[in-house]
Amino acid sequence: MKRRGPRLLTLALLAGGAALMLFPLWWMLVVSLETPSNAGAATVEVGAISAFPADPQWSNWTEAMRAVGTVEWQGFLDALANSILVTFLTVTATVFSCSLVGYALARVRFRGRGLLFAVMLGTMMLPPQVTMIPMFLVFRELGWVDTILPLVVPAFFGNAFFIFMFRQFMAQVPEALVEAARLDGCAHLGVWWRVMLPMCRPVIAITAVFTFIFVWNDFLGPLIYLHSEEKATLAIALNSFRNQYGGLEDVQYLMALSLITMIPCILLFLVAQRQFIEGLGSGAVKG
Amino acid sequence: MANITFEGLGKVYPGGVRAVEGVDLEVEDGEFVVLVGPSGCGKSTTLRMVAGLEEITDGTLRIGDRVVNEVAGKDRDIAMVFQNYALYPHLSVRQNMAFPLERRRAHGGGLRRLIDPGYRRAAQEEDRTIEAEIARAAEVLGITDLLDRKPGALSGGQRQRVAVGRALVRQPAAFLFDEPLSNLDAKLRVEMRAELKALHDRLGATMLYVTHDQEEAMTLGDRLVVMDGGRVQQCAPPREVYEQPANRFVAGFVGTPSMNFLEGEVADGTMTIGEARLPLGDAAAGVPRALVLGLRPDRLRMAEPGDPCALDATVAGVEDLGDRCDVRLQVGHAELVARRPAGELSRWTMAGPAARVAFEPAEALLFDPGPHGARIR
Repeated sequence: MKRRGPRLLTLALLAGGAALMLFPLWWMLVVSLETPSNAGAATVEVGAISAFPADPQWSNWTEAMRAVGTVEWQGFLDALANSILVTFLTVTATVFSCSLVGYALARVRFRGRGLLFAVMLGTMMLPPQVTMIPMFLVFRELGWVDTILPLVVPAFFGNAFFIFMFRQFMAQVPEALVEAARLDGCAHLGVWWRVMLPMCRPVIAITAVFTFIFVWNDFLGPLIYLHSEEKATLAIALNSFRNQYGGLEDVQYLMALSLITMIPCILLFLVAQRQFIEGLGSGAVKG
Repeated sequence: MANITFEGLGKVYPGGVRAVEGVDLEVEDGEFVVLVGPSGCGKSTTLRMVAGLEEITDGTLRIGDRVVNEVAGKDRDIAMVFQNYALYPHLSVRQNMAFPLERRRAHGGGLRRLIDPGYRRAAQEEDRTIEAEIARAAEVLGITDLLDRKPGALSGGQRQRVAVGRALVRQPAAFLFDEPLSNLDAKLRVEMRAELKALHDRLGATMLYVTHDQEEAMTLGDRLVVMDGGRVQQCAPPREVYEQPANRFVAGFVGTPSMNFLEGEVADGTMTIGEARLPLGDAAAGVPRALVLGLRPDRLRMAEPGDPCALDATVAGVEDLGDRCDVRLQVGHAELVARRPAGELSRWTMAGPAARVAFEPAEALLFDPGPHGARIR
């Protein structure tokens, strides 16, 4: 008979870990439903709120959306539209460019391919903070500041990590399939589009999910490049609940809008949970 | 259909490795030619050069009247069946078979089909032609009920049929097969072999087939091209290759079990092998020299009193194969195999380790020394 002790200990540890991870989410939810005074108190002392509000203020959520920006509702809708546009373009561009470059590195024989692959992998070692200022200067020279172009255009040039994933996946596809497609009348672009991409669905899903979550939640990029209120994304819109001294005002609205912003990511995680975990696994093994 | 002509065809890989050298061959229109040889002999490289998957570095290749050295594989009007089938896993059988036809159609899908009635009619006509081609090929191969399945839901034999079907719908000038049966189990391989042969008889198509399995080669080919070291060792009908091998390599490669070889010296029509003196008659007459005697295992038997060509041997083992038995013999340093009827099994096992084996001088072949020594009789 199996001993129950270790199993109970494992369960307790997992439950404890889950509670620890879920605590901020629960705190956000409770604060988003509190009255302004109780929510304000919670920011001073975390434990100053009850497990669930006695009188939940559900209107906080609609108020939060209404209160974004200077024009009622407009600020929220603009931010939502901008976030959707930037995320859609970036996800599409990343999948497109990374799969294409991955195919070239995996399947097209050309001089210097190995060196290019090594250099590309090398760029993964470079922290984004290092290139932040030079890239800003470039985009400013191009006149792209306060447009979504600096956020979207780099995605058309690939991402080293996802290129690596596509390359590894495509390198495992039997050579005979590529040769069969070539004899059937496909050139390289045809092989990539008609044979490789449909077979790369798992990698496409991982790339799309990861990119979506990163871009949707990205704060730094929009903060640097998007200055006008009507061009802000949701991550920037959240910042409008901070006053000019950096302090928090209407923290219940901030938490409500933060939760609204998180909904697509949570839904996506639930839908693509399998790919998400597989992606983390494959990254760990192949990386 | 078309003939395929090789003129001094060769392949040197970057780095100087010579994979194929000086292949001269004419595959006639409608002929089934099998390239056969051990691993690394250059047979697959030769086939891939015909397919356009490997660059030709020496010589000329013609398909029909056209020199195709610089023509891309897709434009050579050939179809290839791969060893691992190479079916597109995300497409159904029908879509797999339609794939090469879709790439060739003049009127595709897209917006123009929606807005241009003339274009739409032409595209629909092409749709019907493609569908008819698929139905015809599926009927020939007996895979009509599999058309809506994905390759993952098919058995090995069914996948092989689909792969042949994908080649068939194109109605190419020539079919190329790269060891298409090697992934199948032994029973299915025999069945598919018969089906391929029947398909060739029905279509009368030019087929170039690569295999390392000499049994497959013997049963399928109108002619065999035996290759080794990147060179053609012999090109002839299967029976001729078996009975009149051009050299010792071909003699040893074709036939199961392999031909037995005994090295000895010939003088005055008599061959001396160790202590034994074998009168070989006129065929071995001439100047004294070293030769290699070749004997098919089924030509070696237990000696009777008075046999002129007999050797002392040691029975190393007897393998019962049901309808026959293989007797492993040691003659001097040479190991021989005698393939005998099952009825002789007890005779060999009771004979004890020492035995005397014999053969008819007329059935022995003689080769020059060396692994590729030419047959002199």
